[in-house]
Amino acid sequence: MKYFNLIWAALFRRKTRTLFTLLSVMAAFLLFGLLNSVREAFTSAGHSIEGASRMLTISKVSFTMELPQSLDMRIQSVPGVAAVTYANWFGGIYQDPKNFFANEAVAANFFDVYSDLELPPAERRAFVATRTGAVVGASLARRFHWKIGDKIPLQATIFPQKDGSNTWTFDLVGIYHVTNSREKQQEDAFFFNWKYFDEARQFGNGKVGWYIEKVAQPKDADRVAQAIDALSANSDHETKTQSEAAFQAAFASQLADIGLIVGSIMGAVFFTLVLLTGNTMAQAVRERIPELAILKTIGFSNRSILVLVLAESVLLLALGGAIGLGLADLAVSVIRAQGIPIPMLPVGLAIWLEGFGLMAFIGLLVGVLPARRGMRLRIVDALAGR
Amino acid sequence: MLRKIGTTLAIIAAAILPVIALVWLPAWAILVAIAVLGVWLALTRTGRQAWSATAVGIATIPQRLGSSSVVIVGIAGVVGVLIALLAMAEGFRATLHETGSDDTVIVLRAGSQAEINSVVDSDTIHVVAEQPQVMRDAGGKQIASPEIVVDASIPKKGSTLDANVEIRGVGEQVWELHPRLRIIAGRRFSPGLRELIVGNKAAREFAHTSIGSKLQLNGEPWTVVGEFDSGDAHDSELWADTNVVATTYHRGSSTSSVTVRLTSPQAFDAFKAAIKSNPQLKLDVQTTRTYYNAQSEGLTQVIRLLGTTVAVIMAIGAVFGALNTMYAAIATRTREIATLRAIGFRGVPVVVSVLIETLLLAILGGAVGAGIAWALFDNYTASTLGANFSQVVFEFRVTPALLAAGLKWALAIGFLGGLFPALRAARMPVTDGLREL
Amino acid sequence: MSPLVEIRNLSKVYTRGRQKIEVLHHVNLDIARGDFLALMGPSGSGKTTLLNLIGGLDSPTEGTLSVGGERIDRLGQSALARWRASNVGFVFQFYNLLPMLSATKNVELPLLLTKLPAAKRRSHAGVALELVGLADRAAHKPGELSGGQQQRVAIARAIVSDPTLLVCDEPTGDLDRQSAVEVLTLLQRLNRDHGKTVVMVTHDPKAAEYATHTLHLDKGTLVEGVVAAEAAAQAGS
Repeated sequence: MKYFNLIWAALFRRKTRTLFTLLSVMAAFLLFGLLNSVREAFTSAGHSIEGASRMLTISKVSFTMELPQSLDMRIQSVPGVAAVTYANWFGGIYQDPKNFFANEAVAANFFDVYSDLELPPAERRAFVATRTGAVVGASLARRFHWKIGDKIPLQATIFPQKDGSNTWTFDLVGIYHVTNSREKQQEDAFFFNWKYFDEARQFGNGKVGWYIEKVAQPKDADRVAQAIDALSANSDHETKTQSEAAFQAAFASQLADIGLIVGSIMGAVFFTLVLLTGNTMAQAVRERIPELAILKTIGFSNRSILVLVLAESVLLLALGGAIGLGLADLAVSVIRAQGIPIPMLPVGLAIWLEGFGLMAFIGLLVGVLPARRGMRLRIVDALAGR
Repeated sequence: MLRKIGTTLAIIAAAILPVIALVWLPAWAILVAIAVLGVWLALTRTGRQAWSATAVGIATIPQRLGSSSVVIVGIAGVVGVLIALLAMAEGFRATLHETGSDDTVIVLRAGSQAEINSVVDSDTIHVVAEQPQVMRDAGGKQIASPEIVVDASIPKKGSTLDANVEIRGVGEQVWELHPRLRIIAGRRFSPGLRELIVGNKAAREFAHTSIGSKLQLNGEPWTVVGEFDSGDAHDSELWADTNVVATTYHRGSSTSSVTVRLTSPQAFDAFKAAIKSNPQLKLDVQTTRTYYNAQSEGLTQVIRLLGTTVAVIMAIGAVFGALNTMYAAIATRTREIATLRAIGFRGVPVVVSVLIETLLLAILGGAVGAGIAWALFDNYTASTLGANFSQVVFEFRVTPALLAAGLKWALAIGFLGGLFPALRAARMPVTDGLREL
Repeated sequence: MSPLVEIRNLSKVYTRGRQKIEVLHHVNLDIARGDFLALMGPSGSGKTTLLNLIGGLDSPTEGTLSVGGERIDRLGQSALARWRASNVGFVFQFYNLLPMLSATKNVELPLLLTKLPAAKRRSHAGVALELVGLADRAAHKPGELSGGQQQRVAIARAIVSDPTLLVCDEPTGDLDRQSAVEVLTLLQRLNRDHGKTVVMVTHDPKAAEYATHTLHLDKGTLVEGVVAAEAAAQAGS
């Protein structure tokens, strides 16, 4: 609007001070973007559209206890279950324990149920056909520079082979992609055939880590879950079935109360930011009292002075905040492109909206008192220098 | 042109070097430096000039409370967050560090990394326990505890979500392996019965863990009969007779691990060599100290990195806030500074006085931040997933070393925020300043 | 022809803490359309206060004040603001221009309150700047202009929305002799050639010579029949 020129010029009246303040605002919102990206990675896992129709069945006793493979057929026959697959946590190490990534032995139809892990049909067929075949996510492949055809050895921590050796060697036959940017962390996983796993493992044969079911109608989820658990009631392998989202949430909450940590840090950051920008705005308006008085003599109403100062304050926050969030976005992309395994989601719309809301709120908050001061100045006193 | 670049580089070096020095120097060295500064202020002529200029500056702070508080609060925020996060890492590390000792050894299946992944059979247990380096008790029995580690899903207090708690089946000699352990309520479990004793931290965090409570483990009812305090990570566990746990979880005669007490810490090398040279045994042998320390490494490093990164970004914000404040401060004192310089104060006292003023504000901010971190977070209870995929409960530890580190950060930020305004104050043309009069 | 400004029984009382200071006592005054009035008097005489009231920057405590037939003593703050925007232009001794805006943008300020589109605003400002002889400095910021030039830009701003009344408070107080002459000549031209009514407060008798009438104030009242020269001698403050 036509006043923008005036507001912008007012903001940059003292270039150095405004620049320094902008840099502080940028730092605050850079942190906001980075920390919330980590928080979202923790809390939103399992909240995809695909995930909404998936459930996990684990041992009720402990999720480290295994379930019989014979349950597979019985779960399939439960009404409302569209598909069943299963997996085992393998926990293998590639070269160094520090190179941690998820690796699992999975049933042949795993990628049918997990259709969000996009695997070309040819590679899918190769996976089923190759006993020692393995499929990895594109991010993981980039991280270790793996190509299709490579032989990849993993050191078992839980499951030695029948001959006592801990080394399991796999042939990379497929690389899957995840297009949904919010689910990108799923691209850091390694899958191989459960058949090979079960044949070659030293003990626990015929046992499965957990089952994954796809329900035909997500709204039937509760009923189907109960029916599945009823199959194993009063047996030595009682089960607990819950939605993928519920499972991930329970797991994440055990790792850390990430929401509390991020919230506390951002609380401290924004508290200091309010003080800092409030001080800048107070100084800025104090210095411009005579100029605001001139505007009033020209005929600018009290309300328009109020709005001008508030707009300046919000612009200060919005400018610094947008750049800070933009930097966070950039940083997250770079970190993820390099394959650095920090759980982070790209800075999405929700974070931007929340950020802008905060910028507006803080801008108004720190602008209110100086704006009122400007609004209430008495022209006569201000021009006389009182 | 070259001279300008040279001066700029010199100034940048003057800014970076002291900051690096602050980070690397131990706290006592900094205190010595401060003492030396104090002597210089009191005894030399330039020093005394600097002090009077500082006094003038400090006297005006009440008029500039708003902008001074920006420095104080900004730095308090950085120091508070830094100390809180580092205290989290330190608390977790310390809990695990204290869990081990140098004369007890834990034996796992080769390559398993953690007890939950490991299986050792009864023959192996015998061979390990029979080694000559294993200490015997008064009755001549080897001090060796075959132990089974399993997870159970129990809700946490005040929550509907299940969390994993670690159940440890222990051998009858376990009490000799943990001399610090005390039963603080109830009694020890009776061998052969489905009885549990609960670590005091697990008792605080999990439901159904008070004495007399019944817990369903793999479909069988167990009773909690006592509570123990071992002063380490085991306080997050539930203990029971290993033979009964083996039955409940269908382990036969195998366990997860064997822990033994050696005759002395020096006997470790011989013990390890003996085990490793036996071709029939495929085992990993470590002192419990090494084993538990390794468990804390990953998470501790992650938290420290997180804390440092967050603090650095916050510090950048604080430096710019301080720059604003101090530039404004010297702008309003143009008159005083010009008068001082007209009287004959040279550049150095003015620079030093502005720096001291900023550093004093910074120390105040650092102290406030450190104080708040200590008051709110020392001994704050938290829990996370340990190596056995179960909850490890620990307390934040705000140590004196962390408080000192926080104050050093405060000084570094204050220095950066004060250096450039100080240089500007010294270079201000005298006539400009006097014209303000 | 009816006077542009009609003042009857005007008084202004300021309250400073517990003290009440009566700055203007029952002033009666008519200012004719097209007049160039100089108000003179020692400091504390109330001349600036009278000027502020005429310009609608303040409201009287007592009495009536009518400008262009409108009773502005009865208007509230927001109404006065609107009235000022279309009826008065101001020139002050200090702080006239916003330092971060160019001359053109400064002159355009009053037009922001109208519905004129940007192009029209720019052209009106251009015309005003030409009138004051500073068209070639349109893009300069106040910091790049001399004191006299800044005041002329201020005058351009004061006339850009074509008000009937120009109110000037010590416009040459901070200027050297030559710049003062330029500014006063300009005001005179605006008065004679463009029919603007000018009310100017000054302590400089030489400045008052550019006016068509001079009035003297002392202790809040108009002094009748005092010779200009004598008043100038007393007004050495």
